[in-house]
Amino acid sequence: MIEIDQLKFRYPRSDFRLQIEKLSLGERCLGERGTGEGGIGEGQVEKIAVVGPSGSGKTTLLNLIAGIVAPSSGTIRVSDQEVTSLSDAQRRDFRAANIGMVFQRFELIEYLTVLDNVLLPFAINQSLGELRPRQEVVEQATKLIDSVGLASKLRRRPNQLSQGEQQRVAICRALVTNPQLILADEPTGNLDPKNKRLIIDLIFQQAEARNQTLIVVTHDQGILDGFDRVIDFDQFYVDDTEDLQPAGGEVSS
Amino acid sequence: MNQAFKLAWKYIFYHKLKSLILVACVFLTALLPIAMQILLWQFNQKIVARADQTPAVVGAKGSSLDLSLNAIHFKSGSVEPIRYAEVAKLLDRGAAQAIPIHARFTAQDYSVVGTTLEYFRFRNLSLARGGKFAMLGECVLGAELADSLGVDVGDYIISDRDNVLNLAGQSPLRLNVVGVLEESLSPDDFAVFVDVKTAWVIQGLGHGHQDLAAEAAESSKVLSRSDDKIVASPAVESYIEITPENIESFHFHGDTNEFPITSIIAISETEKAETILEGKYSDERLLQFTKPLADVRELMSLVFQVKRFFDANAILIGVSTGLLLVLVLMLSLRLRAREMQTMFQLGCSRGRIFQLQFAEVLIIVSVAAALVGLAVWGLAGISGQWIESILFARQ
Repeated sequence: MIEIDQLKFRYPRSDFRLQIEKLSLGERCLGERGTGEGGIGEGQVEKIAVVGPSGSGKTTLLNLIAGIVAPSSGTIRVSDQEVTSLSDAQRRDFRAANIGMVFQRFELIEYLTVLDNVLLPFAINQSLGELRPRQEVVEQATKLIDSVGLASKLRRRPNQLSQGEQQRVAICRALVTNPQLILADEPTGNLDPKNKRLIIDLIFQQAEARNQTLIVVTHDQGILDGFDRVIDFDQFYVDDTEDLQPAGGEVSS
Repeated sequence: MNQAFKLAWKYIFYHKLKSLILVACVFLTALLPIAMQILLWQFNQKIVARADQTPAVVGAKGSSLDLSLNAIHFKSGSVEPIRYAEVAKLLDRGAAQAIPIHARFTAQDYSVVGTTLEYFRFRNLSLARGGKFAMLGECVLGAELADSLGVDVGDYIISDRDNVLNLAGQSPLRLNVVGVLEESLSPDDFAVFVDVKTAWVIQGLGHGHQDLAAEAAESSKVLSRSDDKIVASPAVESYIEITPENIESFHFHGDTNEFPITSIIAISETEKAETILEGKYSDERLLQFTKPLADVRELMSLVFQVKRFFDANAILIGVSTGLLLVLVLMLSLRLRAREMQTMFQLGCSRGRIFQLQFAEVLIIVSVAAALVGLAVWGLAGISGQWIESILFARQ
């Protein structure tokens, strides 16, 4: 689970601050991966949507959870690990091993093929690369790419793919390390309506298949069907005044 | 690091044009000073070695370097002629050997060197084919010259006109090739050797023509005749080839001791004798005694001084290229900021990102260095010949 407590984050070179008094996410599955006794079964994964207007701090929340940025004060616990107490390097390793990220603009590396893009986390993170034999990793990546219908495009480069295909590759890249948590920042923001649904369904399907908690930041109300919880981030505060107001609660769908 | 190199290589391979331009920048910046160093070193080696084999030269006052280059590289330059009698005078003054050099003319743009057979012994030149010149009009060719012109023993080569626009000037002389020298990797490989008298014939100081004594007085070829003088008309046929049949008609007008040569190679038995000989020429008003080695070293010291400017220039170019590369790298980093940020978000450390950049620079520099190595290897192979062709070959 993710627990956020008394969190304050000041944006660099800005008066804006994000403050969350208390927030719990993914209570049902983090720390209980697998289908063993006492765990949760396939399909019971928690899928959380974070909605809110632009500038409300949704992406900052993901970055804080992922340990990409550190809060000014407060704590964030992901599973049993207090992320806020980790050093930069430890947060990076924790992120590489436990969190898969999907971005609005896909952020594929233009000079790498589909397969290389999916394998990128292993290429850029030494500790991940050393954990599993290369062949096993390549096999898994190939299966993943196959499962999203891109088996025939393994050697293509991003500029040879459609936007929907690029996002599918990005999803594979997020999943290839078998993370506990998938953080998706506006994953449908650059897609047409048909692809939006396809991508969201694909993310659901992959996350459920792997018992991964999913947090999707979006301002697209049209894709909220199927999420277990929807958090309206408008109730939290990003304030440019000195008097910070208390954090709000959450809205279930 | 292995993965970093793989990713870096993929980036470089994808951006082929940009990478090639960077490689070319590094390659040229590194190659130019190295190439200049190699060429200069080869030039120095060749010119100094040749000068070292020539103890001293006597010639007209003026530039001692020009004189030395005339005697050792047969460059006519601005060397004033001296009298042939100076050869005998040099021997009288104590030289063990005095070898005349009359290097003023060319045949098909190669130097024609009028000298004596002593020259071949002095330079240890041996014949690959044929024999040495024995009569007027015969020549011995250097190996490279014979090879490049495709001329061999039994063929001929024609001397060049001094001035092609001067129809009244001396006619080209057909020189019969009687021998070809072994290759000596020296200016001798590119020269046409003739007897000094043949050189005078080329100069027009000696000539052969129809026997006018046998012509009738009323012949159109004789304008006037007295007991001691025959004035010939332009209709008299001058020979342009010396053959056994017409050699008797060849003659020189005037005293050959007064005929010109461009320099004399002076060989003394000992260093002391050479010093004494040098002293004897110190008071000469019209002549000078010079040591080619000293002249060439002076030339090279000047060249090396100039080279310092080029070295400084190369350093500046190197620094500016380096700064440009840094700029390119920084701009590239800026363009790739999103890529780097994505990598960071996916768990890549700053150190790993630095490794990636370092690997890219290292690959580009390594490829450029390998190309420089290849080019230097190739240049070292051909530079000797190239320098020879510049230094030894045509006028």
